[in-house]
Amino acid sequence: MTPLQICLLTSALLFATGFAGAVTRRHAILVLVGIELMLNAANLNLIAFWRFGPNPEALTGIIFVLFSMALAAAEAAVGLALVIAIYRHKKTSNLDEVKELKG
Amino acid sequence: MPIAFILTAVVTLLAAAAAMSLRNLVHCALMLAVSFSGIAAIYLQLNAEFVGFTEILVYVGAIAILIVMAILLTRSGETPDKSVLTSGWMAGIVVTVFVFVLLGWAVLNSSALPQTMAPAPHATVKNIGDVLMTKYVLPLEIIALMLTAAMIGAVVIAYREEAPKTKREEGIPIPPRDSLLPPPSPTGEKA
Repeated sequence: MTPLQICLLTSALLFATGFAGAVTRRHAILVLVGIELMLNAANLNLIAFWRFGPNPEALTGIIFVLFSMALAAAEAAVGLALVIAIYRHKKTSNLDEVKELKG
Repeated sequence: MPIAFILTAVVTLLAAAAAMSLRNLVHCALMLAVSFSGIAAIYLQLNAEFVGFTEILVYVGAIAILIVMAILLTRSGETPDKSVLTSGWMAGIVVTVFVFVLLGWAVLNSSALPQTMAPAPHATVKNIGDVLMTKYVLPLEIIALMLTAAMIGAVVIAYREEAPKTKREEGIPIPPRDSLLPPPSPTGEKA
């Protein structure tokens, strides 16, 4: 295996871990944590392709990852605010009990 | 690939698995911080120093702490007695295994991956700043605007006060809206 493939396999495992948590855990915050892990796996892919790609001097991978981190931070802030709002409204953050959009 | 990379990757993946499988949510958040630190170490080994330090600043410093704050604000810090998995978790595991097998097969069999290893690039902070301020200045401004909007949105969403006629106050007399006292809250919740 080339180093790039090792990086990509690590990233695939990280993505699968995050995905498993996002679809199997019951607590809303853990679902957000899974989404963060999946975003990090995507960032790891971008860095690996930048490092082992043919033209690393263009810095596109690094710039993309920086913007992606800013988006992830915004997503985490809004998502956790939504979880707190749902908890205030329904007194639970168990996703099996939050089934309807209408409050 | 040096052995240090393999060790870092193993630590990262074990911490991520622990973050997704532990029962206590506070432990999950702390293992998530360990996993983010491992990812930052991987970035450092891939010659992306600036991204590695940004990862520590943004993820370990801000997002992990934000998640701990959200866990404590929603009173989920204790270990739950009931199951922590959703009702359809078996299907979720099946889909996860399918996704991983597909990704792994694509990585191992793709002919599009570059075969030769390029020499280590040098991405100094000066280079990144130059590119960010010239070629990517419009995306930078857009992302700044989006971060401002997201911050305002998060405050607005989380700050919303409920009308005091919800179900949780059954049997408790409702004070008038213009009362200076906050509405009685049986759980002692503070916004």
